[in-house]
Amino acid sequence: MPKDTGIGAPMKRREDIRFLTGKGRYTADINLRGQAYAAFARSEVAHGKINAIDTRAASEMPGVLCVMTGEDFAAMGGNPAGWLINSRDGTPMREPKRPVLAHGKVRHVGDAYAVVVAETVEQARDAVAAIEADITELPAIVDMKAALADSGNRVHDEIPDNLCFDWGWIEDNRAAVEEAFAKAPHVTTLELVNNRLVPNAMEPRASLADYNPGTEDYTLYTTSQNPHLHRLLIAAFVMGIPEHKLTVIAPDVGGGFGSKIYHYGEEAAVLAAAKALKRPVKWVADRTESFLSDAHGRDHVTKIQLACEKDGTFLALRTETLANVGAYLSNFATATPTFLHGTLMAGPYKTPLVYVNVKAVFTNTAPVDAYRGAGRPEATFSIERIVDKAADELGIDKLEIRRKNLIGADQYPYTTPVGLVYDTGNYAATLDKMVELADVAGFEKRAAESKARGKLRGIGYSTWIEACGIAPSNLVGVLGSRVGLFDAATVRVNATGNLSVMTGAHSHGQGHETVFAQVVAEKLGIPESSIEIVHGDTSKIPFGMGSYGSRSLAVAGSAMVKAVDKIIAKGKKIAAHMLEAAEDDITFENGKFQVAGTDKAKTFGEIAFSAYVPHNYPLETLEPGLEESAFYDPGNFTYPAGAYACEVEVDPDTGRVEILSFTAADDFGNVMNPLIVQGQVHGGVGQGIGQALLENTTYDENGQLLSGSFMDYAMPRADDVPFYTVDHSCNTPCTHNPLGVKGCGEAGAIGSPPAVVNAVVDALRRGGHTGISHIDMPVSPSRVWQAMQA
Amino acid sequence: MYDFEFVKPASIADAVKALKEDGAQALSGGQTLIATMKQRLAAPGTLVSLTGIAEMKGVSAAGGQLTVGGATPHAVVAAEAKAAYPGLAALAGGIGDPMVRNRGTIGGSIANNDPAACYPSAVLASGATVVTDRRKIAADDYFQGLFTTALEEGEIVTQVIFPIPEKAAYVKFNQPASRFALTGVFVAKFASGVRVAVTGAGADGVFRWTEAEEALSKDFSPAAVDGLSVDPSGLMGDLHGTPEYRANLIKVLTKRAVAAA
Ligand SMILES: Cc1cc2nc3c(=O)[nH]c(=O)nc-3n(C[C@H](O)[C@H](O)[C@H](O)COP(=O)(O)OP(=O)(O)OC[C@H]3O[C@@H](n4cnc5c(N)ncnc54)[C@H](O)[C@@H]3O)c2cc1C
Repeated sequence: MPKDTGIGAPMKRREDIRFLTGKGRYTADINLRGQAYAAFARSEVAHGKINAIDTRAASEMPGVLCVMTGEDFAAMGGNPAGWLINSRDGTPMREPKRPVLAHGKVRHVGDAYAVVVAETVEQARDAVAAIEADITELPAIVDMKAALADSGNRVHDEIPDNLCFDWGWIEDNRAAVEEAFAKAPHVTTLELVNNRLVPNAMEPRASLADYNPGTEDYTLYTTSQNPHLHRLLIAAFVMGIPEHKLTVIAPDVGGGFGSKIYHYGEEAAVLAAAKALKRPVKWVADRTESFLSDAHGRDHVTKIQLACEKDGTFLALRTETLANVGAYLSNFATATPTFLHGTLMAGPYKTPLVYVNVKAVFTNTAPVDAYRGAGRPEATFSIERIVDKAADELGIDKLEIRRKNLIGADQYPYTTPVGLVYDTGNYAATLDKMVELADVAGFEKRAAESKARGKLRGIGYSTWIEACGIAPSNLVGVLGSRVGLFDAATVRVNATGNLSVMTGAHSHGQGHETVFAQVVAEKLGIPESSIEIVHGDTSKIPFGMGSYGSRSLAVAGSAMVKAVDKIIAKGKKIAAHMLEAAEDDITFENGKFQVAGTDKAKTFGEIAFSAYVPHNYPLETLEPGLEESAFYDPGNFTYPAGAYACEVEVDPDTGRVEILSFTAADDFGNVMNPLIVQGQVHGGVGQGIGQALLENTTYDENGQLLSGSFMDYAMPRADDVPFYTVDHSCNTPCTHNPLGVKGCGEAGAIGSPPAVVNAVVDALRRGGHTGISHIDMPVSPSRVWQAMQA
Repeated sequence: MYDFEFVKPASIADAVKALKEDGAQALSGGQTLIATMKQRLAAPGTLVSLTGIAEMKGVSAAGGQLTVGGATPHAVVAAEAKAAYPGLAALAGGIGDPMVRNRGTIGGSIANNDPAACYPSAVLASGATVVTDRRKIAADDYFQGLFTTALEEGEIVTQVIFPIPEKAAYVKFNQPASRFALTGVFVAKFASGVRVAVTGAGADGVFRWTEAEEALSKDFSPAAVDGLSVDPSGLMGDLHGTPEYRANLIKVLTKRAVAAA
């Protein structure tokens, strides 16, 4: 019988009531008295020298309150990169200053160089159109190979070859890997592109800044996945204001997928304008601005090689990747292609030797940073594609080659050649589960049936792993992180026994308000309805690092459990006093503090009440109140893993791919709410299918974004995806956090793209197109058809 | 969006008068025009709504012809043309999404003449007549290139009159993002012969594939176009497909349309 409350119950999301009835409160919904509106002037060219920006006419337009340009912010600090990467030769990465607004040069289409604040949005936009920008267009740097080759044309004048870093992982293994390749009986080589993606959160970015001249306090309402991180970046790095003078509030946020982790210049600009005008200033991006200026995802060009025995045993793997970082370094841009990617290149396999080389390249395109999965989808795609290609070359079954090389259930903890220690897992179990659920045995029959209808059917697999629950601070510190990646929680029990849990995590679609309450309810033996999850406001919540990297439950949830444990410990003290017993004799179970072996007990509510009405407390030994905080820093990453199968049908006449079924058997460790986990997998797989089949971010040679609207950028719609089969019965609990959870937010987006592409390639090869070994994503009808013409 | 005035006349005559004002522009379903205005790419001073003009709305069949009022939404055509001209009704029912179909109109669609729009192929393949406030224009003369038609300044499409073919079908291959036609083919078989119109593919907009028309007029079967091929020069190439790919689609979709008709 499934439970209907507490840990493991498939409870519906409490936050959906307000979202589905239009009662969510997003940044754009918040209006302050006297608020003015900002609009940004953005570059129409990809690369240009700013000669002069004449704002006089704009300043005199009706309703205009102020116009500021990049020069006005030149003295402010740069928006920093959060991760220092050293090149193979030991030199630190090149780190150009990222200003609030562009000055001197514009570096991508959409790069903001001025802001107008006016009484209305329309007036602000009218005035933007009246700004006279004298910008000399320079040749755009779009292609990464060309960027590296041409030292005359530079995104940043001080960086001659547009190279941010040239990173080797692990450099000391390079020679051994090369030797293994030289001796290998078989080497498979594949060149592929991991296509750039535009995040397209449903809610565009928005900011509302307020400044109180009486107290000199700033408040920023903004679309953030991590309000404390935003506050740190804005206050300490960019604007130089003390953190206690800035409150950052991220109210309801309509999706982030990574793009709202980062601090963007618009936020500092509206704060500065609010101070200058002594009025609240609001900005809400339109969809075009989102396309042009949100940090994009992926964009790798990779050559990968796999050395193996003739029987398919993996001997060594190496990759050379060019990673586009765009025009500026976004906050985690340097971590994504390195420590979130290179460290994953062993995948779930026993490959003894791995070497990864990544060159990060500046181009005149929007900055690229973490996007759902962040580096791990890129790693997984490369690995799972070359595994299939190797199997084809060697004539080995796709499942067999995986089984042969998967790390065994008895091999944990398993140390990979790329620096991670997988604590637990059972990859063969999820693979077997997937084979069963996807009815792999019945595939040939289904393929024959498709053939009879003139269609080509294929099946593709992906056995994937990721490192999430980001992240152990000591480890990431060694790897170059400039921040800690702990999280925090405060549990405040109120006098009548209900409670508020303040978490450093931020829910922007994940369902924390529901599942965190389930965990606390289970631990304290009280109903979910008496628990409120508070998040998103730096003046209310403890300093936590927010939500991304499938970390919320594993890290912030662990902090919450620690804080709850402290509440229980304190409750025992209070109970011991009230029941006149020794503290050690008090047990806590099902919401009751009891003297062991007796029927003397106090309920959780009675303890809470007494904590706030401490009429006869021994104050030297017992403090009143029942409120505890905890910080939690994980001991390791968590390692969710799984096995996916995708079945497709290709129309040979048009190249159109239809996904017929998608099966996901995942190991997420212990599952707190299976309904939410399923939803996360559905969403992630949907995004992965979007990447694999539809989403095509294309800049032309002038750096103009050709797919800059939904007319050309195809997001997956409901009828593009099948009904999913999702399973998480093969769980191996995480060994190092109190809930045994691993994280499920990114899994679908990580594991699914290679399953889809593998299925398409399989269909084509079975259909006689044996010359096809790869098609770059998105695997659009025209690309499939083109491949079939060869 | 810039500020504008809004008028909603009740007759064609009043609409024509209102459109004579400087900066006035017709507004029908607004599914193209409003979006363009929101992006500040169009700034008409006055919008003259056509949706309150009763004589421009509705579908009627008589004497082998189907007449569609210029301000008739796609959803109405999808429902009401079903009996008389199922191929056309199916086309209308496949445009956009429910909002687009309930707002967007045939007049707006063919006045705009988006090279990837569906209706132009039906109008051209049917050999329809575009009726305006001042004249009748044959389909073959009406479409003149990308977003270009025979319409004069302020001229209103009041009706489209379709001769009803013996058999017809439209097959559309969706552009994955917009779900307009990456290529769409409308095949109409009349006693006098077959007409084949192609949308989404031509560099100059909708066009007739005359070789296929000849072949199909002799033998109305998918196999009749087997031996033909489409010259990719003169076809569109973009993110979603090369001219060669579109050339292939034209042939594939023509065969499918013949089979479906
Ligand atoms: C999301 C979306 C999806 C769509 N998908 C498709 C699709 O799959 N296939 C397809 O064919 N179309 C599609 N459309 C277009 C839609 O079908 C409308 O037909 C089209 O937008 C224009 O019709 P309208 O009535 O909305 O015209 P409006 O937007 O009101 O006007 C368009 C233009 O025509 C002029 N105009 C309007 N009516 C007349 C008239 N009677 N006489 C003269 N000039 C006039 C206006 O002045 C304006 O210049 C889509 C639109 C959207 C928004």
